[in-house]
Amino acid sequence: MEQQDHSAMEHQQVFKKLSVNGEPHSVGFSVHHSLLEVLREQMQLTGTKHGCELGECGTCTVLIDGQPVLSCLELAVECEGREITTVEGMMIGNDLHPLQEAFADLGAAQCGYCTPGILMTAKALLEENPAPTRDEVVSALAGNLCRCTGYHKILEGIDWAAAKMRGDEDFRPPREAIYGDPLPGEEPSDA
Amino acid sequence: MLRLPAFSFHSPETVTEAARILAQDPGNTRVVAGGTDLWPNMKRRHQGAKTIVSLRSIPEMNGICVDDKGGVVIGATTTLDTIIRNETMQEKYPTLVKAITSISSPVLRNAGTIGGNLCLDTRCTYYNQNEEWRRSISYCMKAEGDVCWVAPSSPRCWAVSSGDSVPMLCALGAEISLHSADGERVLPLAELFNDDGMDYLSKRPDEILTRVRIPAPSGERTGYWKLRRRGSIDYGVLSVAAAAWCSGETTDRIELWLGSVGSTPVRCDASIDHLTGKPLTAETIAEAAAMARKGDGANPLGNTDFAPQWRGKMIEKYVEAVLREVAGLPVERLAPHHG
Ligand SMILES: Cc1cc2nc3c(=O)[nH]c(=O)nc-3n(C[C@H](O)[C@H](O)[C@H](O)COP(=O)(O)OP(=O)(O)OC[C@H]3O[C@@H](n4cnc5c(N)ncnc54)[C@H](O)[C@@H]3O)c2cc1C
Ligand code: SF4
Ligand code: FES
Ligand code: FES
Repeated sequence: MEQQDHSAMEHQQVFKKLSVNGEPHSVGFSVHHSLLEVLREQMQLTGTKHGCELGECGTCTVLIDGQPVLSCLELAVECEGREITTVEGMMIGNDLHPLQEAFADLGAAQCGYCTPGILMTAKALLEENPAPTRDEVVSALAGNLCRCTGYHKILEGIDWAAAKMRGDEDFRPPREAIYGDPLPGEEPSDA
Repeated sequence: MLRLPAFSFHSPETVTEAARILAQDPGNTRVVAGGTDLWPNMKRRHQGAKTIVSLRSIPEMNGICVDDKGGVVIGATTTLDTIIRNETMQEKYPTLVKAITSISSPVLRNAGTIGGNLCLDTRCTYYNQNEEWRRSISYCMKAEGDVCWVAPSSPRCWAVSSGDSVPMLCALGAEISLHSADGERVLPLAELFNDDGMDYLSKRPDEILTRVRIPAPSGERTGYWKLRRRGSIDYGVLSVAAAAWCSGETTDRIELWLGSVGSTPVRCDASIDHLTGKPLTAETIAEAAAMARKGDGANPLGNTDFAPQWRGKMIEKYVEAVLREVAGLPVERLAPHHG
């Protein structure tokens, strides 16, 4: 099929109920708009980032019915009746999600652009597997690129969040991973 | 934002209804399943459609079941992730599961489907680029242009068949069902592909691939290796799939297929003839591997990642490694790890 320019084509508009972060929203949009476009541009939920928009970077990852999916390659029109979770829906009441807390404490976000996608992927992983091995974490994150951290801080952040979520109070992230203030109950280091 | 062009959208609930919509204007209509191939291509404007028919709301196209002969039937819209996690698949076709695990990334496999993988567009460095990039080289023969930049004197396009489930499914003898408003036909999967980067599928535009059937396992030993730059996200530049049926020392039957080395999956006929009726030893395997490198159709050109000469050499190395694995001989190369 030859490539054609359909820019002059009339946009087929729909009005749909989308459930985002547990709240129903009535939104109007064109059928060819991605979930990413609708979240960011129609619903002002700009926590979900746009990177490559071609499926190659993972920063646009959201959860659809609990599963990580790339919102840049998902039509919004196909999301009706499904539960969408974005990074804006991660907090538990007024508290940060343990993943968010661990990422902040360990400096697992540098520029932060990959962070929303990585948080969503990690959230789905920990809900399915509360005690993943390092290999399992690496495999689960294999579609989310980070250009800043070199991944170590992210992996350490996920390990620590997993421990907190399991209630494993003995777990301590490596001392050199800690960014800023000492952890609660820890002596400040002299360095 | 890299946006999709406008289209009209249908989401039918039966194959019959989908086939009916498709039959109205097959030249300007495309079906979509996971969208992980079609959407990037449409965003970069090298594929287009006035009408999109989503196959996702058709329950009869989704799921995995065992047939009365002990084979498995997979609905075309079953996601790659569902296949990998399915216990029957893991038990019956562990090497196919390994091949599918090497596709794209976990988050893409949550959307990408098996039908989409079989109907994947062929790929090329001069084609899988955005519109501005392609305009700067006056496009190429596969979309909007006249010349093939890979082989400028060539009358044809050499874009690469890259679906990673294909070589293993061909080795296992899978069949597919194609459904249109005119009815249904079943054909061996290997017959779905044409050796042409532009007209790469033998199926008509109005036909929908509804399911894949894999014969019951019958004692085959299998192997699959894929070569690419990173252990995730990247498309392969070579995949090697083998299945061997042996009695004692003798190889009664063997299938050896290569992916990502031409516009169609390549059956290594000379290697297969060489090994049939013989034992799989270090020597017979090394000879068969050398034949695979020179085989018809296994012709890496300068249109993927890595230098074509090196990819040619790696055909021999990877075929040897996969056959050694199948034969239970020590594998001397480091096996690829796919995240
Ligand atoms: C970054 C990235 C990396 C990737 N890496 C790999 C890789 O390593 N290996 C690999 O094999 N693939 C790779 N892919 C491609 C893709 O994710 C998979 O091949 C996937 O299985 C495609 O399925 P889909 O359902 O998403 O296809 P879609 O995009 O929905 O469809 C692909 C094509 O097939 C047609 N089609 C789909 N279903 C049917 C059907 N039932 N009947 C008739 N036609 C149909 C569509 O019209 C379209 O032309 C990658 C994609 C991306 C974005
Ligand atoms: S092989 Fe040639 S014609 Fe085909 S996509 Fe590449 S440059 Fe274009
Ligand atoms: S923006 Fe969706 S994967 Fe990069
Ligand atoms: S923190 Fe910058 S890309 Fe990951």
